[in-house]
Amino acid sequence: MKELIVISGKGGTGKTTLTACFAFLSENTVLADCDVDAADLHILVHPKIAHEEEFPGGVKARIDHDKCVKCEACRDACRFKAISDAMDVDPLSCEGCGVCLHVCPEDAVTLEPQISGRWFISETRFGPMVHASLFPGDENSGRLVALVRNQAKVLARSRGLDLILVDGAPGVGCPVISSVTGADHVLIVTEPTLSGLHDMERALTLVRGFRIPASVVINKIDINPLVAERIESLAAQTNTTFLGGIPYDAGVVRAMVQRRCVVEEPNGPADRAIREVWERLKPLL
Amino acid sequence: MIISVASGKGGTGKTTIATSLAWVLGSRAQILDCDVEEPNCHVLMKPVITREEVITLPVPDMDMSKCTLCGRCGEVCRFSAIVVIGKEVLTFPEICHGCGGCWLLCPEHAIRESARELGALESGFAGPVEFVQGRLRVGEAMSPPLIREVKARINPNKIAILDAPPGASCPVINTVKGSDFIILVTEPTPFGVHDLAIAVEAVTPLGIPLGVVLNRSDIGDLEARSFCKSKRIPILAEIPHDRAIAEGYARGNMLVKSAPEYASVCVQILDRIRSLSACGESPMRNVAP
Repeated sequence: MKELIVISGKGGTGKTTLTACFAFLSENTVLADCDVDAADLHILVHPKIAHEEEFPGGVKARIDHDKCVKCEACRDACRFKAISDAMDVDPLSCEGCGVCLHVCPEDAVTLEPQISGRWFISETRFGPMVHASLFPGDENSGRLVALVRNQAKVLARSRGLDLILVDGAPGVGCPVISSVTGADHVLIVTEPTLSGLHDMERALTLVRGFRIPASVVINKIDINPLVAERIESLAAQTNTTFLGGIPYDAGVVRAMVQRRCVVEEPNGPADRAIREVWERLKPLL
Repeated sequence: MIISVASGKGGTGKTTIATSLAWVLGSRAQILDCDVEEPNCHVLMKPVITREEVITLPVPDMDMSKCTLCGRCGEVCRFSAIVVIGKEVLTFPEICHGCGGCWLLCPEHAIRESARELGALESGFAGPVEFVQGRLRVGEAMSPPLIREVKARINPNKIAILDAPPGASCPVINTVKGSDFIILVTEPTPFGVHDLAIAVEAVTPLGIPLGVVLNRSDIGDLEARSFCKSKRIPILAEIPHDRAIAEGYARGNMLVKSAPEYASVCVQILDRIRSLSACGESPMRNVAP
């Protein structure tokens, strides 16, 4: 069983569009959407939810005003400035460390478990899918990503499927670290802009730090051939496989509006390029 | 006055809008790049950085000569970043939140405060615009404490423009909290609208006035407009898809440089924000044409 993670560094370069196309082109696949705070893969693959569970996040402190004597010991100890003048806990600032509970002389603080999101096992026309939604504004995205990946592995094992295709998050922080740790291969989708290059370089540094084999694909490659060349040579210098480019194609947005994968409308420039990228990527898995 | 630029979906044009707004405000503006995982304002604004600071998070450092292996630190830590096993105390600084519980509550005062590097904070000027950015150390998972450090540099005498990270989880909330206005930049595609809806849901509890900028406004479908209408969120501006703008961006040019006609659009956006936000008497009163 192999696990392929699609990340980008910069957002909006085409991770989800490509992941959906690979889902169409591959066989024996489990899909996993690990962009848990802005998941979009479901828009293209139309999952039918078969199983649904709550995701228990961390805890948040609550102060019982009947017991509180306003000594402010908790306020002084809280490093997250989560306790207001009125001795109320701001749930957006509270990280659930529980220091307030330990320093309160009146036992006025309790830690209350939170539900931070939901996760789902679904069926799609490309195979089973594990996905999740973190409640808007919530934390613990790294733990939810780990949960989604685990469930995808369990599903792949029980159904004898040999590829797990994971749509990752933008950036290089918590959810991305959680989605690439221990993966078999990471595909970085970038664009030939100076921002795309800058962000892809950071994503590549992260992946190389984990010693995971990586490859790169350039979306909208015709926007700037010079920057595209720089991305290609960066890939060569870092033993990262360059899989080629996908030209700008208005058909990509047209397909998205119809909630279909680009490769389901064959013979456009993007469709042909994506099929070639997939053929080059397959032997690396 | 603090204006945050966020989006939900990545790559919709947050940095394009944030940098151009700052540019038209000139010396009255301060731009703060809070997308510390992938800061890009510097790519477009090419600032001169005059000050660099290393930002750290406090983590425990054991003094084993004082430790009695009582295990209190391990009981207190809710993140399993410190555990007592046999005659050893193991610390995992990379998952420590820096709450200080272990050293505050150690009965033997055997734990000192040490530091883990979160990243760099760089400040300077991009032309007349005051510039601040955070840059998360690659491999570091926690961006919110670095974002809070970036925001601690907000200059109250300027119009602060905050470029937020994509998504709708804690890094975004940490960025936009305390703003006077939030601009959500989106594109009228199914992904754009879906993530806009999540972003709106995430920031609504903060009670901050919102407005939308529709980028590449002539692609996709009409759902973004009907969503904004149903939620009564004003559309501040529409920027049609233009290959010249995309090519300028690719070369690292700001929108107002590759398409100067957008300077007046930016001024109009700022003027709309002034009338929509509570701070009528902000320094922006001089901005209207």
